[in-house]
Amino acid sequence: MKRLSKVYFWLVMAFLYMPIFVLIFFSFNESKSRSNFTGFTFDWYRKLFSNRVILDSLKTTLIIAAVSTIIAVIIGTAAAIGINAMNKWLRGVVMNVTYLPVINPEIVTGVSLMLLFVFLRDKIGIPIDFGYPTLILAHITFNVPYVILNVLPKLRQMDRFVYEAALDLGCTPFRAFWKVTLPEIMPGVMSGLLMSFTYSLDDFIISYFNAGPTAQTLPITIYSMTRRKVSPEINALSTIIFAVVILVLVIYNIVDSSKGKKVIGKVVPRL
Amino acid sequence: MKSKAPSAPYLLWMAIFTIVPLGLVVYFALTTADGTFTIDNISRVGEYSGVLMHSIWLAAIATFICLVIAYPLAFYISRKPENKQRTLLMLCIIPMWMNFLLRTYAWMTLLEKNGLINRFFALFGMGPFNMINTKGAVVLGMVYNYLPFMILPLYSIMVKIDGRVIEAAQDLGANTYGVFSKVVLPLSMPGIRSGITMVFVPAISTFIISRMLGGGGNIMIGDLIDLQFLGNAYNPNLGAAISLVLMVLILLCMSITNQFDEEMEGMMI
Repeated sequence: MKRLSKVYFWLVMAFLYMPIFVLIFFSFNESKSRSNFTGFTFDWYRKLFSNRVILDSLKTTLIIAAVSTIIAVIIGTAAAIGINAMNKWLRGVVMNVTYLPVINPEIVTGVSLMLLFVFLRDKIGIPIDFGYPTLILAHITFNVPYVILNVLPKLRQMDRFVYEAALDLGCTPFRAFWKVTLPEIMPGVMSGLLMSFTYSLDDFIISYFNAGPTAQTLPITIYSMTRRKVSPEINALSTIIFAVVILVLVIYNIVDSSKGKKVIGKVVPRL
Repeated sequence: MKSKAPSAPYLLWMAIFTIVPLGLVVYFALTTADGTFTIDNISRVGEYSGVLMHSIWLAAIATFICLVIAYPLAFYISRKPENKQRTLLMLCIIPMWMNFLLRTYAWMTLLEKNGLINRFFALFGMGPFNMINTKGAVVLGMVYNYLPFMILPLYSIMVKIDGRVIEAAQDLGANTYGVFSKVVLPLSMPGIRSGITMVFVPAISTFIISRMLGGGGNIMIGDLIDLQFLGNAYNPNLGAAISLVLMVLILLCMSITNQFDEEMEGMMI
């Protein structure tokens, strides 16, 4: 039984990893074939790094992820502090709306934001162009809930008397927040930040509906590459992304285990 | 700390970017292009009931397969010593960090006519099988992409099941099946519920997997919506109506598998 379940586990892992490894393997293939390995080459990597479209969209992705994450962390942390002070009923209402973008299908979130931007532009007359502004607004919108959901539990665990003691000892509310509350909730803020950033980098569906013709994020570029089918550059790109993911996870785990904390629960997939 | 004021910017943001857009979906669904009230869009969704049923069906099959694969796997992980659990779980999660377009693309290359899988079969003189652009390929793509979404909630509930409870059941004479049906299954029910939601919701609303692996013959709700907004059939009013129907469908699914909120929050901590 024990042996059997072990075999089962590794079979499922093979199922999960095999396609990725095949992709990586063929990124070194000399010919364009995706099933016949003809010879080893780094050509596709060289082509990838001189591909302006990909490099530009990588830049766009990083800018949008960074800007939207910073704003989402500020708005979300402040929101969590305010929500924590609400009574049970009000908090329930606000949290239910906060969950909406998390549980709503991404396509509905994307489409509804697109309708909003079209509406603001055509009916209200606010000059908002599809591109960077709409992408950043959309990304902030789907990132804020994750910041709140990470910070709120930390606030609840916190001993509020410490904050009150700081006030009694002569701190201004802002100073007390800065010196007492913020250090306490910092782990939550950081995991909210990391989650926001990775979701921003990875998001395709919401960006797809709100990017417009000018701004392309990396997932959108990947999508148009897969539509054109044969291009081993995409395999090279996958390999690099996979390597970066592994590297980040390894670093994150080393840093984290040195503090003796568990991260695994935080790596929650987005719907 | 006792002030609600810091949440003001968020409440405003939420109103503009969450509530108003959803209101606009309802508004567009119930109006014509020039803004007069109509229920034509909603009734036109009826014309696509075939696509709707097809989507529900494929997503349900994929969810069921995910549950069957993930359940023993999650149980296996949850019975390991704690430090090992962490590594095994990490192994399940890593593929999820690859962009899902690339993961789906990988299957595109594997399943095609002269792809690796058909070449493998050819070694035994079988095939070539027609695998890409079929229903089966779409379900496979869903299972592959969303399997970790099932493993995680199952695991996070199962890890709380005390091993001594299982031993007690065995001591009291329960056989393997009895332990499963009387102890493990009831205790893991919340995990099953949230796992089903976490797989079913993205599966039913996908349009990438059906487009990349299903060819033209396996259109799903998501494809319909995309066609109305960014495709040739440009008609945001109809698109909004379909989105509304999709949302209602999912709300129905959620009300069946309730308790989702608590699960999500529990996993975030």
